[in-house]
Amino acid sequence: MGLIRVSFLSNLINGISLGSVYAIIALGYTMVYGIAKMLNFAHGDVIMIGAYISFCVTHYMGMPAWVSVLASMLVCTLLGMTIERLAYKPLRSAPSLAVLITAIGMSYFLQNVAQLIWGANPKSFNSIVEMEPLRLFGGQLIITDEAIVTVLACIIIMVCLTLFTEKTKMGKAMRAVSEDKGAAQLMGINVNMTISVTFAIGSALAAIAGVLLCSTYPALMPTTGSMPGIKAFTAAVFGGIGSIPGAMLGGILLGVIEIFGKSYISTELGDAIVFAILIILLLVKPTGLLGKKINEKV
Amino acid sequence: MKKKLNKTFINNAITYAMVIIAFVVLYSMQQAGMLSRTIKGQLIPVCVWIVMAVSLNLTVGISGELSLGHAGFMCVGAFVGAVFAAVLKPNMENETLRLIIAMLTGGVAAGITGVLVGVPVLRLRGDYLAIVTLAFGEIIRNVLNCLYISMNEGVLHFGFSNPSLPGKLIVNGPQGVQGISRIATFPMGFALIIVTLIVVLNMTNSRAGRAIMALRDNRIAAESVGISATKYKLMAFVTSAALAGMAGALYAMNYSTVTGAKFKFDTSILVLVFVVLGGIGSIRGSIIAATVLTILPELLREFSDYRMLIYAVVLIVVMLATNSPAFKQFLSVVKEKIVGLFAKKNREGDAANE
Repeated sequence: MGLIRVSFLSNLINGISLGSVYAIIALGYTMVYGIAKMLNFAHGDVIMIGAYISFCVTHYMGMPAWVSVLASMLVCTLLGMTIERLAYKPLRSAPSLAVLITAIGMSYFLQNVAQLIWGANPKSFNSIVEMEPLRLFGGQLIITDEAIVTVLACIIIMVCLTLFTEKTKMGKAMRAVSEDKGAAQLMGINVNMTISVTFAIGSALAAIAGVLLCSTYPALMPTTGSMPGIKAFTAAVFGGIGSIPGAMLGGILLGVIEIFGKSYISTELGDAIVFAILIILLLVKPTGLLGKKINEKV
Repeated sequence: MKKKLNKTFINNAITYAMVIIAFVVLYSMQQAGMLSRTIKGQLIPVCVWIVMAVSLNLTVGISGELSLGHAGFMCVGAFVGAVFAAVLKPNMENETLRLIIAMLTGGVAAGITGVLVGVPVLRLRGDYLAIVTLAFGEIIRNVLNCLYISMNEGVLHFGFSNPSLPGKLIVNGPQGVQGISRIATFPMGFALIIVTLIVVLNMTNSRAGRAIMALRDNRIAAESVGISATKYKLMAFVTSAALAGMAGALYAMNYSTVTGAKFKFDTSILVLVFVVLGGIGSIRGSIIAATVLTILPELLREFSDYRMLIYAVVLIVVMLATNSPAFKQFLSVVKEKIVGLFAKKNREGDAANE
């Protein structure tokens, strides 16, 4: 193995690992968008809250890592449902601009609450996985334990979510609501409940993503979630918003593009490259890679 | 029809009068030395944020497109204006003229950026448009973070991710523009507000403005009567960007250094908060909101930890109060209860009196 090819492989693995985190966050975005037709800007900050909860449970209460993940999932689920109930539900029939601004307000609210509770200084997050990193090609290529766990978690979540939406009654209800809210209601589906459950699932996923993200990039701050949140949204749009496989594909592609851009083009321009590619894609294919074509009705 | 025109005329006259009176009062107080240091330091920023809010209102309120990258245009204006001012410094003694040129070039540069951004972005709708303007704002800031410009014997040298340039660095990558001469003045800020008002108010009350609002209210209907969506939406977007650029140049001239980090996503949101709280589409509202929300935090320094938290809560509550039927009903119920309580108290009071 040449050194260049090893560095290429290690970049690729880092990219897939980062992309898996984006994919998990993007799933939350895409499900909420598919059902409530709203851009939940606060999703990125739910990630941050999840990571803080996990940090507190391990750091201050000395609990094992898996307890902290469960605790942060629980808290985030409740948080997500509360946010939906208080801020978004009253605006179900409002124009999308109003909902978007409310979501931005909610995002700022969460960031500032976190800053009041935990302070603005970064906390150093201890990785939740403690295994030996995988060494390949005689130690030339090192795959971190975090990368392995992240990618595995992403695959498991993807499979479970697909089974859930395809096989269960609630999953079918979700698909029905995302297709036509009115018709779903007429068929006896509890639309409000379905939307609540969607927010709950999305927020639980956000908690997992937060823990995984901070295991790889350990600096935890009140603004930790905002950039990954925006990028995950970009990923969801990239893959076609509303589509679950699209979020997965978009997330992983975006992670790989970001890491490659940072290592081969310019470190400072990594984010700019990601956004530029999003813009180009949207111009060519306005509904994303796997998005459905929307016909405009008069 | 005539009555309607009179109404807009009176409305605009009130807006102009408000700004002019505020300026005359504040300027004479400044000359007489009656203003505290805190207020004096806020005069130019207030002008800048008023222009930013009014110009964003043109995009969000009049044109109906949520732009989350307004700070990006401000950033372009600030950098270009500051560089031009630095280049002209050795040859031009007159500071006011230099400031005007800096603002004009900043505005033109931001306007050109507005065209480059607007042509692709305005093809998208709603949430997609919002996210792409956000992306553009971040790209602009990212790119300017890698930019190095130096001046050596009157010649400009450009470098990208490469600080080793001959001569003195004017733009120093992430450290931003350095060694700006602070030539911004309050009267120039006022002049910029008046220019902005003339441009925006005349535009909204013109044929173009009506076309823009028609597109906002119903794009398909407007297009079917022959209004070109791209042309008019771009017109509003570019005007808004150019005004933001001029504000950015003025902002830069008020400090000795300006970095790209000052024009983050947060800044775009801050301006959006001004627009939303002032009332989307209301120019006078934007002016008042921008003034109050710029000065208030300075006066309430001890609460600065809670400032953004309060902003967030206010943003959510205003949106709920203006858009949610349930919340409106709740408010009216509360109002009735309070009124009822008072009525009851009065009755009790009356009974006691008897």
